[in-house]
Amino acid sequence: MIVDKLQQLGQHSIAKIQGMGRATIMLFGALIAWPTPRKSFPLLLKQLYVVGVLSLLIILVSGLFIGMVLALQGYTVLSKFGAEQMLGPLVALSLLRELGPVVTALLFAGRAGSALTAEIGLMKATEQLSGMEMMAVDPLRRIIAPRFWAGVISMPLLAMIFTAVGILGGHLVGVDWLGVDGGGYWSAMQANVDFQQDILNGVIKSAVFALIVTWIALHKGFDAVPTSEGISQATTQTVVTSSLAVLGFDFILTAVMFGG
Amino acid sequence: MSDILVDIQHLTFKRGDRVIYDDMSMQFQRGKVTAIMGPSGIGKTTLLRLIGGQLKPEQGKILVDGQDIPQLNRKDLYKARQKMSMLFQSGAMFSDMSVYDNVAFPIREHTRLPEELIRLMVLMKLEAVGLRGARDLMPAELSGGMARRAALARAIALDPQLILYDEPFAGQDPISMGVIVRLIRSLNNALGLTSVVVSHDVNEVMSIADYVYVVAEQKVIGQGTPDELRSHPSALVQQFLQGQSDGPVPFHFKAASYSAELMELAK
Repeated sequence: MIVDKLQQLGQHSIAKIQGMGRATIMLFGALIAWPTPRKSFPLLLKQLYVVGVLSLLIILVSGLFIGMVLALQGYTVLSKFGAEQMLGPLVALSLLRELGPVVTALLFAGRAGSALTAEIGLMKATEQLSGMEMMAVDPLRRIIAPRFWAGVISMPLLAMIFTAVGILGGHLVGVDWLGVDGGGYWSAMQANVDFQQDILNGVIKSAVFALIVTWIALHKGFDAVPTSEGISQATTQTVVTSSLAVLGFDFILTAVMFGG
Repeated sequence: MSDILVDIQHLTFKRGDRVIYDDMSMQFQRGKVTAIMGPSGIGKTTLLRLIGGQLKPEQGKILVDGQDIPQLNRKDLYKARQKMSMLFQSGAMFSDMSVYDNVAFPIREHTRLPEELIRLMVLMKLEAVGLRGARDLMPAELSGGMARRAALARAIALDPQLILYDEPFAGQDPISMGVIVRLIRSLNNALGLTSVVVSHDVNEVMSIADYVYVVAEQKVIGQGTPDELRSHPSALVQQFLQGQSDGPVPFHFKAASYSAELMELAK
């Protein structure tokens, strides 16, 4: 009984490690090639549009509402202590350090990550990837690489947009609705936000999340069992695994950046 | 130059513990249409993937134009693949590109020809398969037969030496089947290709093949020209060619005795 359990655990662990190995090999295969700008640039541009620009709407709307909610919640607490002037830093720091990178990554996993997995999984199921290989075109370089770079480039930009819109949303609720002094909102924010400590760290976090989410999404699609059930499972796994990975890495990065 | 373009020697391939091919050898003549027939599930598509280097055998050599495909490094394998083409059962058309762009894809990837010349080449290839008028359609707008013809145009875009057809007749209506049969033969003759057709559509294959291999039970069980095969002594070959439901390949899947099972239910 115990031996069986141990055996199952061992098998499960080996399968996981093999999966990680395949994911690493896939990523290296995609990135190791010398890029040919004539062919790579148009592909990258198209993917930046698909992955980045098409995710803008959900990022803008979510950023606005999260900023508004932050301001509303912050105001009710801060006003008890007569510290409404600190609403600006509260909204800005929450967004820059945590909510911007994390929520963007979670939304990105749901919006773009799942789409990447489904697209690549379906390409595999309909033999498009095999067909490409037989035409002597490496699918890792033609399909995976541009999508990977598009994800890595666009997510930090989306996180910055998310944060900026969130701060505006905070202004909308805090200043325009609840009557906090507008000058104080901005000046307290300027005084309390540090470029390296807050802005740069937020961008670094976002870049790490971009790498993780895009990598997981591409690998799950590339490794999907080429059936309708397999693709549906892979898509779900992309969202679940990358969301958990983002939250886990967020804790580690926060501990390293702000813990000491 | 040798008459043999593809030479498979003592090929052994396993999937997990299951042996797919056991010490199998076959040769495909240059400029000829060679067919590989056999019951479903014996790994005919696998054989094409082995020739294309997408799978590696346990043992044996797969020589294509003198190069041992499984031994090639990645760079040489991709170079070797530029001389071969494969027509997948599904067509494997890129769904985000029009028919025109699909056919232009390999040309754009492997050459630096100006767009006008590419257009000329694409139109010629589409004309050869009768789809010049469908160039602006998306793959989803094509019927099954048209998709396969479009994929055929893409497969011959760079004038390969060798073209591998994976079940080209499966799921086709009689008219499109007739069109594809005619195309395989005429393209082979006109372009000087070497064609390998994997199929279990006996009549169609026998009508165009110069040489036929019948594969079953992990090896070649019969080979020869279509006429030679029709008088082949093997019962298994005859069962397959004549489509008999029972014979050396039993109608029933392996099971316990029928009467014993019925008696058990009656108890």
